[in-house]
Amino acid sequence: MNPEMVALLAAVLFVLGAVGVLIRRNALVIFMCVELMLNSANLLLVSFAYAHGSLDGQVAAFFVMVVAAAEVVVGLSIIVSVYRSRRTTSVDAPDLLKL
Amino acid sequence: MSGQLLVFVICGAFAVLGALGLLFFHKAVHAALSLALVMINLAAIYAALDAALLAMAQVIVYTGAILMLFLFVIMLVGIDRRESHRELIPGQGVVAILAGIGTLGLLVFAILGSFPAQAVGLEAANGGNVESLAALIFGSYVFAFEFISALMIIAPIGAMVLAQQARLTAKKTQRERAAARIEAYAQKGVHPGTLPNSGVTALQDSIAVPGLLPAGRISTSSVSQAMVDRDAVVNVHAVSLLTAQRFAELSGEVPPAIIKPEPVDLVDTKDERELLK
Repeated sequence: MNPEMVALLAAVLFVLGAVGVLIRRNALVIFMCVELMLNSANLLLVSFAYAHGSLDGQVAAFFVMVVAAAEVVVGLSIIVSVYRSRRTTSVDAPDLLKL
Repeated sequence: MSGQLLVFVICGAFAVLGALGLLFFHKAVHAALSLALVMINLAAIYAALDAALLAMAQVIVYTGAILMLFLFVIMLVGIDRRESHRELIPGQGVVAILAGIGTLGLLVFAILGSFPAQAVGLEAANGGNVESLAALIFGSYVFAFEFISALMIIAPIGAMVLAQQARLTAKKTQRERAAARIEAYAQKGVHPGTLPNSGVTALQDSIAVPGLLPAGRISTSSVSQAMVDRDAVVNVHAVSLLTAQRFAELSGEVPPAIIKPEPVDLVDTKDERELLK
C-alpha cells in the first residue's frame, strides 16, 4: 500500500473535521469534529511510521491518543458546566462578553 | 490487489462516510455513532499498517472510552435538543465549505510527491510491535511518558473541579416557592394550584395525551414541554374521531351527539395550534 494514499485519506478526514467545526452549532458535535481532526493526524503519523520504517511515529500517535483522552475529559466537563449555567449546548448562546 | 490495499480501500471509504455523517446528522447521538464508525475503520487501517498496539488502543480508548463519555454527556444534556440553523454571520456555511475545499487542495498538493515511492515497511523495526514500542516508550521517550502520565492525573482533577461546582443560586425554600406562586397569580393570573392531569381516552392513556377542557378544547398545560419538544403529543381530536368510528362500526349506527367539531375550530390559541401541528 502506498502511504501517499493514507496521507490523502488523512487530509480528507482532517478537512471534513475542520468544516464540521466551522458549520456545526452544537458544542458536543464540534468537539467530536475536533476528535476527528486529531484522529486524522494520528493516521498520518502511523502512515509516516510505515513509510519510513521506524516506530517513532507510532509512539507519537500513542501520545496523541493519551492527550486526546485527557482533553475529552476536561472539554466535556466544561460543556457540562456551561450547560448547567446556561441550559444550552449551542456555541452561539454564551455571548456575555459581546458588546 | 493486496489484502492490505483492500482493507485500506474499504475501511477508508467507510471512514469518509462516517465523517460526512458527522457533518450532516442533525442529532448529536447520530453524529457520535458515525464518529464511532470512523474510529473502528481507522483501527482496521492501523492494523493494516503494522500498528497492532495502536489498533487495539484505538478500539479500546477511542471507541470504548471516549465515545461512551460523549454519549454519556449527550444523555445528560438532553438527547433531542435541536440545533438552531440560524447563521449569526451571513454566508458562514458557504465560506466554511470553500475554506475546506481550499485547505484540502493545499494539503493534497503538499502530500503528492512528498512520500518515498516504496514504503520501507515495518518488518525490520517491528520485532514484535508491542515489545518494540515498549522499548521506545520506556527508553528514549521515557520523559515524555512521565509528563503524559502527570497530565493524565491532572486532567481528571480538573474535570472534577469543573463538574462539582457549588450551586449557582441558593435553593428556594417551600415558603419562598409558595410566595412566588401567589405573586404570579396576583400579577399574571397564573393558576396557583397543581397543573392539570394528562388526558385519558378510550385508546390511549399515556402522558403524551393532552387533557380536554369542558368545552372540548385541549389544555396546553396538561402535557410536559418535553413531549412537545419531541413531537410526541397525541392529536386527541383524531383519536376521538377514531373511537367514534369504532363505536359506529360495532353498533352499526351513527353514535348520537358526539362532540365532533373540526380541529381548527377547537383551537383558539397559538399554543394549542403548535401542540396540534
